[in-house]
Amino acid sequence: MTSLTRLACGPRVAFMLVLLILGPLAARPYAEANEAAIELAARTVVKIYGAGGFRGLESYQTGFLVSPSGHVMTAMSTVLDSDEIDCVLDDGRRYQASVVGIDPRREMALLKLDGEGLPYAPLDGASLADAAAEAVPPNAAEGPPAGAAAAAATSVTLAAPGTRTYALSNLFGVAVGDERVSVQQGVISAVVPLAARRGAYEAPYSGNVYLLDFTVNNPGAAGGLLVDVRGYPVGMLGKELRSTSAGIWLNYAIPLPEVSASFQDLLSGRTAEAEAMVERIPFETRLLGFLLVPDILEKTPPFVEAVIEGTPAASGGLRADDLLVAVGSRSVTSCAAVAEELARIEEGATVRVSVIRDGAIVDILLGPRPAGAAPAVQELGGERL
Amino acid sequence: MSRSVIHRRLIAACAVAAACVLGLTPLRLCPAKDVAPEVLAAERARVDVAARISAATVAIFAGEQGGGSGVLVTPDGFALTNFHVVQPAGLAMRCGLNDGKVYDAILVGLDPTGDVALVKLVGRDDFPFVSLADSDRVRVGDACYTVGNPFLLASNLQPSLSLGIVSGTHRYQFPAGTILEYTDCLQVDAAINPGNSGGPLFNAAGELIGVNGRASFEKRGRVNVGVGYAISSNQLRNFMGMLRGGVLVDHATLGATVATGADGKVYVSDILESSDAYRRGLRYDDEIVSLAGRPVRTVNAFKNVLGILPAGWRVPLVYRREGRVDEISVRLSPVHAAAELAEIAAGRRQGGPPREGGPGESPPENQAPIVPKLPEAVRSLYEAKTGYANYAFSRRERDRVASAVRENLAREAIDGTWEIAGTLQDGRPFRIELSDVLATIDLPTGTSRLDPRQPLDESPVPPGSGGMLAALVVWRQLLTVGPEAVGRTDYIGTAPVLLDDAPLTVDTPLADVLASDVAGVRAETFIDPQAAAGQVLGIDLWASLRADPCEVRFRYAAANGGDAARMPKAIEVRFGNTLFGVFTIQRFTVAPGEGRDAGKPPADGGEPASAANEEKAL
Repeated sequence: MTSLTRLACGPRVAFMLVLLILGPLAARPYAEANEAAIELAARTVVKIYGAGGFRGLESYQTGFLVSPSGHVMTAMSTVLDSDEIDCVLDDGRRYQASVVGIDPRREMALLKLDGEGLPYAPLDGASLADAAAEAVPPNAAEGPPAGAAAAAATSVTLAAPGTRTYALSNLFGVAVGDERVSVQQGVISAVVPLAARRGAYEAPYSGNVYLLDFTVNNPGAAGGLLVDVRGYPVGMLGKELRSTSAGIWLNYAIPLPEVSASFQDLLSGRTAEAEAMVERIPFETRLLGFLLVPDILEKTPPFVEAVIEGTPAASGGLRADDLLVAVGSRSVTSCAAVAEELARIEEGATVRVSVIRDGAIVDILLGPRPAGAAPAVQELGGERL
Repeated sequence: MSRSVIHRRLIAACAVAAACVLGLTPLRLCPAKDVAPEVLAAERARVDVAARISAATVAIFAGEQGGGSGVLVTPDGFALTNFHVVQPAGLAMRCGLNDGKVYDAILVGLDPTGDVALVKLVGRDDFPFVSLADSDRVRVGDACYTVGNPFLLASNLQPSLSLGIVSGTHRYQFPAGTILEYTDCLQVDAAINPGNSGGPLFNAAGELIGVNGRASFEKRGRVNVGVGYAISSNQLRNFMGMLRGGVLVDHATLGATVATGADGKVYVSDILESSDAYRRGLRYDDEIVSLAGRPVRTVNAFKNVLGILPAGWRVPLVYRREGRVDEISVRLSPVHAAAELAEIAAGRRQGGPPREGGPGESPPENQAPIVPKLPEAVRSLYEAKTGYANYAFSRRERDRVASAVRENLAREAIDGTWEIAGTLQDGRPFRIELSDVLATIDLPTGTSRLDPRQPLDESPVPPGSGGMLAALVVWRQLLTVGPEAVGRTDYIGTAPVLLDDAPLTVDTPLADVLASDVAGVRAETFIDPQAAAGQVLGIDLWASLRADPCEVRFRYAAANGGDAARMPKAIEVRFGNTLFGVFTIQRFTVAPGEGRDAGKPPADGGEPASAANEEKAL
């Protein structure tokens, strides 16, 4: 019965079916059913500790087990930028995890810890209960476990607006050791493409997201698990995103199909998509012939790392170690702001930038902006971020 | 705005509303009349709960200093709130209820460490109130309501209500310095905003499970982000006796710090040799297994258990050393020095009138704090005293306990010389005689005497007991002349009296505690507040405050009324780590007069005022 709704073709039909399901649920003492869903979900959620702990960068976040053998999907972030990534399971067990791969387009990462028979959140459309039943067959002698059949009969679809959900995450690092992660409840308000564009929410990911009617994207919550109240995984909580123009914080999750696709890609080592995505970063300063220092802080000061010979930047007189302070008439205080402002330049146009060099302000004309992709040059060292 | 404009707008609004309804019609699965009766019943029940819990919710106004929320927990007007809400308000505040009325209230008890305050509203004896539920039964996912005065919106005295779920239990939130520490608290996604502080957190049934007081804010400004914290009702329950007694409450420390070892277990990382825990046998590097009956698996768990316990309580602690597990009973020390705590609490009088005294003149010690002018309605309900938030309520509780003690005893039957005789645990006899002028104890090991009119701390007799005879003298005085007349006796709150290694649970009854400073000793007397009201359960007596007390526990026959239950059938005496003796009472007689010299010993078979002849191995 429940798997039928997962196959619903249109959102409206799905919505009706959800109402049909939830109607009888509401009449039941649904607290019991919901607590079972929370219990199963919480067992799969992992508290992750890594790099950070200064200047507004948390050193913790959330992930969830997606296989019984210790695969953990989480958000790609600076927390993973560490030699030692600690994962603490719901029962307090602590593991060292390694990064299997990162998916920069979806801003997800796959970790692996050395475990077996762990509770996990299935990514194939099955419910947590199915996964739990599969992990520990009630009666091993009686043919194939029930979960396998259920998994085969389901597929990963988008949840419909109106779906009641729980978000489980290690928000604010509140839970430590065997303490359980936080659980919040709310509703999927809309399924929309993330307005990932200049002046809006700056994120490489621009696919569909679930907009949620409750505040889930708190510090440390990224990588958390969104499940519906019946215990089906629905998505992964994204990183904190704030509209650069309106200052509004987004409450959202990335739908399970994307998590599932990312997991498959990362597991198989596919990175083509990841590489293709690099060109979709809001603006690539290399297009104008220079590189900024790696953008590792919330507001990395926009120092020029290197200037490429024979480019507009070189002919304009930009030099390594210049600090950009203005683009056009707008002041810039971070690498991100520089990228944002430069992205506004029309093809073929020229922009005046101001830099601080040896204590003095120097104005430089950059341009004209070439069309198309960045010129193919050799790596100049430093990570491209 | 002209009438026609209003009309046009109304029509437009109606049209929009109609369009919405029409637009939704194809999606509606069942019209309102077909809604399942269970759903309607659940909705009605929820509305009823909302009405009930809203009525008991208090809007607290602290003038220009802000305000917050509170919740009534008794019909005579006691209301819980946060320390940080009443601190700016001072001693008196105005409290609004959703009946539309504003009541005067007076500060009763303060717990700066736990961020709790108790106030009393005046003007009614039939306030709507709610009862405390067991917060350890709260489970993640349970529905919950926060009610209160967010952003001080309740200018019409109608509280705001928010529905959410419990996001986490047994949470630990770090203190600011040594105060405002949230231990073992509840985390909810129901909205807790500035102004909700001090307001109630309810379960789905409308029972009080916590008092809201804190939320995680970060970059989004001081508005709710779905992460709020409430002080658990079980913590409130532990401190309620102290708060009602007007005490300036302190939290507890073990006198030891703990840390997580390489194996993830919790070990003693440092311990004060002067601490009770050290004297009981706890040492550096011992593994803490459980505290107060709750398992300790993380440092947070240890802090959570300790943080909801008041200073002065004695709680069981289980530790492991070299594979061997031991249980000890540890008396918890206060976190703060008394003067330090008074300073913290005095922060609330910052806005009050300046202190008297010229420049350079330091105020004399023990000077009563300057009391700001209080509203007429509550002026008689306040009394200043060091160590108390409001001593008037300590006096009131002491008088309540005193009258319970008196009611429990037929006074005429106990005036005179008490003779108590029976056997020790090894079968040998003992005999105790207590009068106004002499106290004597005959033991197989010898006889000890003391004069109750002289300082009691000079010789803690019998030897090895830590002062058993002095404790019995205080006991007799409390019963014969009443607590008011024994030295300086104050009500200091409630504490569990655990006999026979009984576990400490949420159901453990809490005894009223009187503290007496009398003739050079300090005694704390535990009095049963419940079924056998007024029965003295035990006395702890310190001959020296730096040493262990003599701990006397009285056991009573489980009688259903009658004299048999009024005097103990056995007395158990401990000192430090040793059991000094179990005194099974076979004869308890009272002879009029002034003791052994004044009258002949009562004959056997005389009229016992009360006697428990039933013999039972202890």
